[in-house]
Amino acid sequence: MSTILEMRSIVKEFPGVKALDGVDLDVTRGEIHAICGENGAGKSTLMKVLSGVYPHGTYDGEIVFDGSAAEFGSINDSEARGVVIIHQELALVPYLSVAENIFLGNERRGRAGLIDWNQSNAEAAKLLARVGLDENPLTPVGTLGVGKQQLIEIAKALSKEVRLLILDEPTAALNDTDSEHLLDLLRHLKGQGITSIIISHKLNEIAEIADRTTIIRDGRTIETIDMSEPTSTQDRIIRGMVGRDLEHRYPERASVVGDEVLRVEDWTVFHPTQPGRKVVDGASFNVRAGEVVGIAGLMGAGRTELAMSIFGRSYGRNISGRLYKDGKEIQARNVSEAIGHHIAYATEDRKVYGLNLIDDIRHNVSSAGLGQLAPRGWVNGNEELRVAEEYRSSLNIKTPNVLASVGKLSGGNQQKVVLSKWLYTDPDVLIVDEPTRGIDVGAKYEIYTIINKMVAAGKAVVVISSELPELLGICDRVYTLAFGRITGEVPVAEATQEGLMELMTIERDQPLPTKENAS
Amino acid sequence: MNAIASIRDVITRNMRQSGILVAFVVIVAIFALLNPMFLSPTNLTNIVLQYTYILILAIGMVMVIVAGQIDLSVGSVVALTGAVSAVVVIKMGMPWWMGVLAALVVGLLVGAWQGFWVAYVGIPGFIVTLAGMLLFRGLTYVVLDNVSLSPFGGTYYGIANGFVNGLLGGYGVDTFTLVIFAIAVVGFGVSQWRTRQGKIAYQQTVESLPLFVVKLVVLAAVVMWFAYQLASSRGLPVVLIILAALTIVYALVTQKSVFGRHVYAIGGNQHAAELSGVKVKKINFWVFVNMGLLASVAGIVYSSRVNGAQPAAGNMFELDAIAACFIGGASTSGGVGRVGGALIGGLIMAVMSNGMQLMGVPTSVQPIVKGLVLLLAVAFDIYNRRRAAALR
Repeated sequence: MSTILEMRSIVKEFPGVKALDGVDLDVTRGEIHAICGENGAGKSTLMKVLSGVYPHGTYDGEIVFDGSAAEFGSINDSEARGVVIIHQELALVPYLSVAENIFLGNERRGRAGLIDWNQSNAEAAKLLARVGLDENPLTPVGTLGVGKQQLIEIAKALSKEVRLLILDEPTAALNDTDSEHLLDLLRHLKGQGITSIIISHKLNEIAEIADRTTIIRDGRTIETIDMSEPTSTQDRIIRGMVGRDLEHRYPERASVVGDEVLRVEDWTVFHPTQPGRKVVDGASFNVRAGEVVGIAGLMGAGRTELAMSIFGRSYGRNISGRLYKDGKEIQARNVSEAIGHHIAYATEDRKVYGLNLIDDIRHNVSSAGLGQLAPRGWVNGNEELRVAEEYRSSLNIKTPNVLASVGKLSGGNQQKVVLSKWLYTDPDVLIVDEPTRGIDVGAKYEIYTIINKMVAAGKAVVVISSELPELLGICDRVYTLAFGRITGEVPVAEATQEGLMELMTIERDQPLPTKENAS
Repeated sequence: MNAIASIRDVITRNMRQSGILVAFVVIVAIFALLNPMFLSPTNLTNIVLQYTYILILAIGMVMVIVAGQIDLSVGSVVALTGAVSAVVVIKMGMPWWMGVLAALVVGLLVGAWQGFWVAYVGIPGFIVTLAGMLLFRGLTYVVLDNVSLSPFGGTYYGIANGFVNGLLGGYGVDTFTLVIFAIAVVGFGVSQWRTRQGKIAYQQTVESLPLFVVKLVVLAAVVMWFAYQLASSRGLPVVLIILAALTIVYALVTQKSVFGRHVYAIGGNQHAAELSGVKVKKINFWVFVNMGLLASVAGIVYSSRVNGAQPAAGNMFELDAIAACFIGGASTSGGVGRVGGALIGGLIMAVMSNGMQLMGVPTSVQPIVKGLVLLLAVAFDIYNRRRAAALR
């Protein structure tokens, strides 16, 4: 086995920050090489150096690709040598067809320099077959799901004669079936001699697919381990990533459950644009003071829709049902009423629904609780800064100061800003939707700690998650949601992943198990 | 860091913060060098009298742009409100304040009309105000019956052409003007000092005391020099008082009020704002109502300045106002922009027009130069910001 890529003592400095501080990376021809590290460890920066996003000369160190020095001045240079990067945020144009997307910037020209559509579509069909996607090349990309779009990105890479494929968090937005399919495809491509580098936070996925794993921490290579050795466990990777033993992935918490804080009864929500389609169907649940309640459901089960419709009817139409706060029926017809009742909802998609990315941390933290800073309609800027500083230090948001733009923070730190914003509204009930999506192990632990602190203060937390181990690790009770219906309620002591999954897959017309059967 | 390096650091940092201010100073300096008349008392007074309406429009426009919208109708609204005022005062012979009142009411109605379509029906502001541009131009013709009306005369004429002077006497230099400016400068200094003290009380970093004082002194010197020029010409223009009041009010509203902060939040990320309890529809509605109101103020000032109303008045004013905002650092995608920036942008446009007229530049060349300056000013700003980002 020969080496296809060698990166030696890569140093990349931004003013004031050393993002990479001597990273070494060896990738063997034909292997799948995983790169692990906490957010901000420098993984993405390293891949940008490799793919020419940061051109040669803006970093120190040397890169040898396929036996000769690689001095890429741009992405075009690296793609010409067969190094293709697929970014976490997919770069497809939704209104263009599959074939148009595949050959975007790399158009198949015919006579007189005009695009040869017949050749393009025929080649696209072949590429789609290679990635195992049965779609018409003329279909607009926007009509396909995220999983299929990810495969189209890979088809696009294949059209460029890829030899080294770099995937940045390829399965972050995919469900289990789509992820499995993608991983199968990577193995298949490996059979065809394509080398892959995969960046992922999903350790079980890495264990499943990677031949070797390089761990990066604080801009340095910690070690490269061979995944076939029995000592290469997930715990070992975590230890390398965080630089300490995470004895427990979930912080300990003593449950002291008090009175009921929020009760939802017979909650039904219809789809905003498709009349007659019930998204949530007669859901009832409650949460008590000092309690963490989980809502488990697969994609499309109506988890986010349930939470957002409760939170000031910010989703859906023809919403019916009753809300009780501290035993009294309440109305929350819009978001400010919900906030007024001390209900908070931290969204699953922080970039689209949670943060003003072009503004600073200070303004984001105060945005939902601005009224407290402005008793007479005028904002006290100094007090605002003090509040933001307070949350920065108490939630350990890693940034030199709160005037930094939120768009530049890592995912974990962005999530802490979202939580700060909601904690500042002084909620009695905090609903967190996929609170640890796309963030690393260390930051996850910190998020769980924040949740624990809240319930320790006698507040109630509802956690919506698709990661069952997470729910089992931090909740007191778990409700399962399937096709808009609450299909079960299980105390965490009696819950297992298998049992929950069974409840999460009960279809619309199947009868629900009675309490006795479920437990 | 040694002393020289730290001074250089301060200069570059401030340069980055206020690149457009530097561009403004450079443009003024060029005109002053090319034509000594440019900085004369009479001409400075003229600039104030002639271009205030663009600055008033820019104040409203910057809020519209920050909210992520645009208003193409303001030129037509200036014409319509001026026309209504002219009909009330000239045709119907009512007192001047009835004309002002009628124009303001029409401005509010126009704003409410456009705000309704943008906020509650959900049509992009670009479309609504493009329709409004045609609609209100047509209504202007209807209101004026296709003929120009003039003159206003009297107090109404004084709004944009009058001066406050002689109240405290003086020897060819109006003392009252100087006193007003001195009060304003001292007031500004005190408020800056209190802001600084507040920051210190909250343990924030502030610029060093000498730098703070030097900045204030330089600013005070420039402002007082300007005041002296005005005072030695005809005194304090009434429109300058109107403009100063609007500037103070809207700088406070945008930077310090909850309403202003909600406007920035909507422009930055509407979904996130909505889920943070911001009433997006309501805010969008009031942003347009406010624009309508300010357009009517500009309409009053403009009709007073030209002492009458013409069906074709205010043509292309919207583009001057929009250009002022973008020169002043507003972002085309919303969420970024300041009243102060828009005012400097508007002043750049005003100074350009005035300077070129003074030098007798042919009217065919003037728009070419203005267009290029718009492009260069924004390019300079982008260059500065990119360099700032790279150095951070």
